[in-house]
Amino acid sequence: MSTTHDSDIYATSGADTAASEGAHIFNATGGDWDQLVDEAAALHEERIVVNMGPQHPSTHGVLRLILELDGETVTETRAGIGYLHTGIEKNMEYRTWTQGVTFCTRMDYLTPFFQETVYSLSVEKLLGITEQVPERASVIRVLLMELNRIASHLVALATGGMEMGATTVMTVGFRERERILAVFEMITGLRMNHGFVRPGGVAQDLPPGAIDKVRDAIPSVRRGLGELELLLNENPILKGRTTDVGYLDLAGCMALGITGPILRSTGLPHDLRKLDPYCGYETYDFDVITRTEADAYARLRIRIDEMYESLKIAEQCIDRLQSTPGRVMVADRKIAWPAQLAIGGDGMGNSLDHIREIMGTSMESLIHHFKLVTEGFRVPPGQVYVAVESPKGELGCHAVSDGGTRPYRAHFRDPSFNNLQSAAAMCEGSQIADVIVAVASIDPVMGGVDR
Amino acid sequence: MSDAKDSPAVDPTQATANSDVVGAKASNAAADHGDGASTPAAVAAAPTATTQPGTVLDRGTGTAAEGGYDAEPADEERLPAAPGTGPDPVVIDERRGMFGAADSGDTSGYGGVVRKILFPAASVRPYGSYFDDVADQLERALVGGTASYAEAVERVVVDRGELTLFVRREHLPSVARALRDHPALRFELCTGVSGVHYPHQEGRELHAVYHFLSITHGGRRVRVEVTAPDADPHIPSIVRTYPATDWHERETWDMFGIQFDGHPSLTRILMPDDWPGHPQRKDYPLGGIPVEYKGATVPPPDQRRSYI
Repeated sequence: MSTTHDSDIYATSGADTAASEGAHIFNATGGDWDQLVDEAAALHEERIVVNMGPQHPSTHGVLRLILELDGETVTETRAGIGYLHTGIEKNMEYRTWTQGVTFCTRMDYLTPFFQETVYSLSVEKLLGITEQVPERASVIRVLLMELNRIASHLVALATGGMEMGATTVMTVGFRERERILAVFEMITGLRMNHGFVRPGGVAQDLPPGAIDKVRDAIPSVRRGLGELELLLNENPILKGRTTDVGYLDLAGCMALGITGPILRSTGLPHDLRKLDPYCGYETYDFDVITRTEADAYARLRIRIDEMYESLKIAEQCIDRLQSTPGRVMVADRKIAWPAQLAIGGDGMGNSLDHIREIMGTSMESLIHHFKLVTEGFRVPPGQVYVAVESPKGELGCHAVSDGGTRPYRAHFRDPSFNNLQSAAAMCEGSQIADVIVAVASIDPVMGGVDR
Repeated sequence: MSDAKDSPAVDPTQATANSDVVGAKASNAAADHGDGASTPAAVAAAPTATTQPGTVLDRGTGTAAEGGYDAEPADEERLPAAPGTGPDPVVIDERRGMFGAADSGDTSGYGGVVRKILFPAASVRPYGSYFDDVADQLERALVGGTASYAEAVERVVVDRGELTLFVRREHLPSVARALRDHPALRFELCTGVSGVHYPHQEGRELHAVYHFLSITHGGRRVRVEVTAPDADPHIPSIVRTYPATDWHERETWDMFGIQFDGHPSLTRILMPDDWPGHPQRKDYPLGGIPVEYKGATVPPPDQRRSYI
């Protein structure tokens, strides 16, 4: 099974007419194309196969749906994915454990803090330092994750609304999301793809004024959510479009491994924050939102209500952050980076005190800094699986270490990847217009699906 | 395996523990495994019988800690089994030198360093936590099936508070069915398949790792690990039992080349249909081109000097 026998493995082979004589031509999902054509000819039906995507504005990125239509009714749905595959997992095997954060944050680009946290939690579990992560770091993680949950749900509602023609829902949703991204920018320096949560804690303590900014943002976001609720909850057009659409009951969810709002819309209060708490979630006061209709409308309402719960948690976080000063990184100097960053004359850099120490007085500090940044720390061999409740469901990280300074394997179980499998179950038998609503209610993000 | 004379100073306690373990392992192997050739016991026992225990780098310090796992304070929740309590760790690979660079002469003086990569050893009862219960119930659930527990499960590893069952590949479907259907197990969700490629584990190069979650039993998790040799990369599909694994198995086929027998449509899912090779395998290069920056050339990530 050697894969490297070709001189250039990236070169696609040219079409060889002689070699392909009589060979099968496969369609996107591996079926035999000729068979499909023969079947269609034999049936003499008005059957249309429509390629929706990958470049379609209603498919949340580059999702390709292959729909078989009988008139307006969808008889078969297949999802083609992989158009945004970027090899993040492979790339992570060639960087240090700390650099891995920079990569995994880009998977599901709407939920960067969840990938960062689940990856950091798994590295900490491999290192055996889960208990040593400072309280303040965990609180910052929870704060960022809950704000991120709101931002992700807002995009789900905004884009979902826009796909149904509700442009005001889109503008309100993105306006409120912007308030949250402003908070992220202040705390991490970036609106997305932060690389802020690191194995051992977080990169930096909150800057001055951050808590006030969160405190100011929360009532504004809550007001915006109220506006969204007025627009959506009892809107007859929206209810007509979403009620009983994209139905998937509990048995279907269990079989297909569906988690997140889709599973909670069947009435099962499954939430990893309660079932298997991490980052101290057991100490926060919040409710798991469920409904029983198991349709797109229920998922939409669950997302709205979950945002209120997230605001509740964020408020508890800022109370704690004010009362618990302290470290935001483990004390172990073999893992924690040696210097806090500071704003220098030439932009962001290491604090002057630290530079003075490593350049002027302690050569050992310089060596240590250099080794830790270029080589990284070693992680004892073994494997772990850690899961967190992302806005879309169970986000898992299976990390394997061979004792080296880089991940031997880092696999992410992205909830969108798994949940997208339910597209067929939700869409088949429905109208073609309902496909858009059903897929929007799954809330897939292709960056996470394809990784 | 002739590096006995090169290995660091012998730790007497470790040597004693080790010899005990080899004895236990031998009887274990005789009892559990008909053909020893492809079993982990044989793989693990062969080197340890002739050499001193390998060294494992203590986390971050860069110093070698004898026996590896006793370098940390005992905390059974997060640490591997203590030495002497179970069979030997599994040797995954061997590392030579310190810096991974083989394209130039060795000027570091560390070129002769040989370190074994040791994965957590099989655990002995009691496993702790709910793990004993899961193992007992699985044993009960498999009675009357195609294979008994002893036949199906070749090794149980409890490490860092997680339970791993190494299941022989031919018995994976019946184990999966028992995990899902038995009322005392009830692992309703299979949260995916993850492949891992260990090119130096002869006869067990490809691993498919399944994670199961039981909501009924309050968030119990169990990991099932199945291996296949590179020469015969077949593992039975469990899509029939857990339809959720459909795409996950396709992804693992795509990335590692593991063929899941019985899968309804095992095609590539992330890479194009005509893509040669399976990108996540260790013998597949990362690729990349050198990049020039301010006059200097930065090599692609997989050709940079690495610290192994």
